[in-house]
Amino acid sequence: MTVITGKINEIIKPENLVYAKSPLLNDVSMHYCPGCSHGVVHRLIAEVIDEMGIQEQTIGVSPVGCAVFAYNYIDIDWQEAAHGRAPAVATGIKRVMPEKYVFSYQGDGDLAAIGTAETFHAVNRGENIVMIFINNAIYGMTGGQMAPTTLVGQVTSTTPNGRNVDLNGYPLRITELIAQLPGAAFVTRQSVQTPAAVRKTKKAIRKAFEIQAQKKGTSFVEVVSTCSSGWKLSPVASNKWMEENMFPQYPLGDLKDTGRADPDLYKVKG
Amino acid sequence: MAKVRGAVVVDNEECKGCNLCVVACPTLTLALNRNVNNKGYHYSYMENPENCTGCSNCSTVCPDSCITVYRVKVEQ
Ligand SMILES: Cc1ncc(C[n+]2csc(CCOP(=O)(O)OP(=O)(O)O)c2C)c(N)n1
Ligand code: SF4
Ligand code: SF4
Ligand code: SF4
Ligand SMILES: [Mg+2]
Repeated sequence: MTVITGKINEIIKPENLVYAKSPLLNDVSMHYCPGCSHGVVHRLIAEVIDEMGIQEQTIGVSPVGCAVFAYNYIDIDWQEAAHGRAPAVATGIKRVMPEKYVFSYQGDGDLAAIGTAETFHAVNRGENIVMIFINNAIYGMTGGQMAPTTLVGQVTSTTPNGRNVDLNGYPLRITELIAQLPGAAFVTRQSVQTPAAVRKTKKAIRKAFEIQAQKKGTSFVEVVSTCSSGWKLSPVASNKWMEENMFPQYPLGDLKDTGRADPDLYKVKG
Repeated sequence: MAKVRGAVVVDNEECKGCNLCVVACPTLTLALNRNVNNKGYHYSYMENPENCTGCSNCSTVCPDSCITVYRVKVEQ
């Protein structure tokens, strides 16, 4: 035990380090708004890849949306996909290089609107990829328009009086639908607004990557997220709004953890 | 008696003043500075450094990875 008086400069020494920025996060500022959930999830992905020692074997596929520049931030190989097509691009990469760890990273507009077909079919094929889904219930990048996941009554720039079901339909719980598909191995919904929630999300991301190595099918990790700029709230108020309004509609927890279905169950008899 | 003491170093220029670390700190160590950095943000700093236990809650929620945490057992 170190005998010290507790002065700051006696604490701040390399041997006392308990947390530092991941070496896989590049030395550049992220362009995200203050408090944006994208930054936290980027850090968790970097930490998981670093802790698993798979930096050289991992390929990310970045979306169109605020996370379009994800390739600038995490020091791995990346491919940028056209809007919504990340799961299709990830499929191609994984099939050509099955020994690599491949993941897609997408927002709700990318994954659950323009890319719905790619999302469902990649999971239905049980592609051995990880899909990370940042659900902030809005199109953040383009100025806060309604997304499929926008809540009823939620004000956005295209629903100035709040989302109206008669006009705009219902919020899409795409993760519940994904969990129905036989190709899905592990489907979970997490969040990153508290230290405990962040740790759970990191465990879920790690598990998703491990399942990929076991070739069990698609892992799908939704992170219920904030977009303080789109929601026009402070980052702290956004977290509170998310807990009060998003969590009842998008409840946290694992939705499936069985591995992909046995193909024999789906075979013709003769 | 052994006690845990901690300290954090905030990268002032990377900090965006989002306040998430301040509300995540269980010991009221952190606050946003009256001064701003070159980007115009009120950066986080240890207002009450003697309170810090090095629990890492602040660095765990920081979206911009700008907090480094140190922890040591202190003999009094
Ligand atoms: C083919 C095409 N259609 C529309 C757009 C405009 N656009 C850019 S990002 C985006 C949606 C982004 O929302 P989301 O995926 O939820 O990401 P976020 O920014 O919220 O993280 C849209 C519609 C585009 N770039 N390309
Ligand atoms: S617009 Fe929203 S999602 Fe995009 S960086 Fe800002 S807070 Fe994040
Ligand atoms: S390490 Fe813990 S006690 Fe110290 S500033 Fe961070 S949250 Fe507060
Ligand atoms: S969480 Fe990070 S970016 Fe936000 S105020 Fe604290 S140190 Fe700054
Ligand atoms: Mg979005």
